[in-house]
Amino acid sequence: MEELQLLEAVERYLSGEMTPDEVTNFEQLRKNDPSVDQMVVQHTMFLHQLSGFGENKSLKHNLQNIHQQLLQDGDIQEIQPKAKVVSFLKKYRKVLAAAASIAGIIALSISGLVAYLTPKRTVNEIEQLKRELYSVKVSQKQTQNEINSFKNGSFRPPASGFGGTGFLIDGKGYLVTSAHVVAKSDSVYVLSKDNYYKAAIVIADENTDIAILKIIDGRFQPYKNLPYSIHKGSSDLGESIFTLGFPRTDMVYNQGYLSAKTGYKGDSSAYQITISVNPGNSGGPIFNESGEVIGVLSGKQTTAEGVVFSSKAKNIIKILEEAKKADSTNNIKLNYASSIKNMDRKQQIKKIEDCIFNVLSY
Amino acid sequence: MITDSNEKLLLEGLAKDDKTAIETIYKQNYNTIQSFILNNNGSVDDARDLFQEAIIVLYEKAKRGDFELSCQIKTYLYSVTRRLWLKRLQSQQRFSGEINHLAEVVPVEDELDRHNQKAQEFEMMEKALSSLGEPCKSLLEAYYLQKRNMEEIAGNFGYTNANNAKNQKYKCLMRLKKIFFAQYKNED
Repeated sequence: MEELQLLEAVERYLSGEMTPDEVTNFEQLRKNDPSVDQMVVQHTMFLHQLSGFGENKSLKHNLQNIHQQLLQDGDIQEIQPKAKVVSFLKKYRKVLAAAASIAGIIALSISGLVAYLTPKRTVNEIEQLKRELYSVKVSQKQTQNEINSFKNGSFRPPASGFGGTGFLIDGKGYLVTSAHVVAKSDSVYVLSKDNYYKAAIVIADENTDIAILKIIDGRFQPYKNLPYSIHKGSSDLGESIFTLGFPRTDMVYNQGYLSAKTGYKGDSSAYQITISVNPGNSGGPIFNESGEVIGVLSGKQTTAEGVVFSSKAKNIIKILEEAKKADSTNNIKLNYASSIKNMDRKQQIKKIEDCIFNVLSY
Repeated sequence: MITDSNEKLLLEGLAKDDKTAIETIYKQNYNTIQSFILNNNGSVDDARDLFQEAIIVLYEKAKRGDFELSCQIKTYLYSVTRRLWLKRLQSQQRFSGEINHLAEVVPVEDELDRHNQKAQEFEMMEKALSSLGEPCKSLLEAYYLQKRNMEEIAGNFGYTNANNAKNQKYKCLMRLKKIFFAQYKNED
């Protein structure tokens, strides 16, 4: 309460409402009590601030009114910015023309250069899913190899290279894998559940990322029939798919769906699929629900999440047809009728798994 | 330096909030300033904003009793507007490094600093007032800004007598001061 009374006193003192007696008393108080003096100073400043604020506010208000009034009377005109743009264009027409033509020339020459220099497939953005064989896994395999070689008297492959997945397309020993898995390799081995076989690259087509391998090992026992078939037609968006592959030394199953009918940057020889895959899945078959191969897994886009590409199965057919034209002794026969159509997934996998190989290239 | 005694009269009028003086200044200068702003990528609204702010700067100067302009009002307003516009462009990062000259300019930086300081304080006051709430805000505005007398205010706000209204006003004023000075300290 005291504070309130003091405030009242200060205000009355400042506004000159005090009687001369009161003023004398108050000034005496002010002299004796520095906090009172402080309050007078502070309040003076505050009142000044407040009245300044009021003046500023009313001036702003007046200015708005005057603006409207003068506008109505036609003393001032608000020119719309449209006029400004026109004058800007007029003023800089020559500069703009020159700039535009320079920009045009540069754009044309750059796009020319880009078109000239760009390789057909930008590989950088796609992480090819071949797997580097890390030392641990290699040594694991070496042990296995040693056992194998003792058992079978076969050779031991050297200890570094890449791994991928491959699958039989002809029981005689023809496999399909990704071209990038076996690129730049001088020897290729395929690993089934319990055996190593040496394989030769028959065809490698980098454009569609498909390679055909042939097992050239006497110990290989040809398969009579393959359970799955190669799908000739095109597949539909949303179709559910699954794959088997070797991102590690054991076979791994994954499922997903077809998400686009074209691949990276509209590549019509590929599908985009959504599936969780890892290095080592490359070359793995993409099956639809009926157990038909609709594609060969090739890579994922590193700049986007969950974008995986698969070469279309049609490419296999096309490549083989071309090969046949070039070499009539080529006798690869594709299976077009899936015998696992109406089985449940577990049964399908049981039938398929013997035909999927781990491809190692050195 | 001011050859035209009219200009001095205008400034004195401005300091006294004289409507005719403000109108005259407005009429004589608005179109020039507007075309300057429009020629430099501004809009009609920008022009109105900045021109009115420039007049306030001039008003603050006149209010300090400083009627001695080292140049004509026209040049002064142009210089202030130009400076304000440059600042605004820079803060929006639209400044291209080039501004189309229209007329000569005089240095106004110091006065603009002072003006900005004031504008900040006014903003604090505005904030303090609005956080005060009703009826305090209206009560204080009626007394301190509109300078109405206590009897009238008591009638309008439904107090039984001027004394009651006065007591209420002091309570409100105390709260306002507290809020204002709390902000003021924070600013420092």
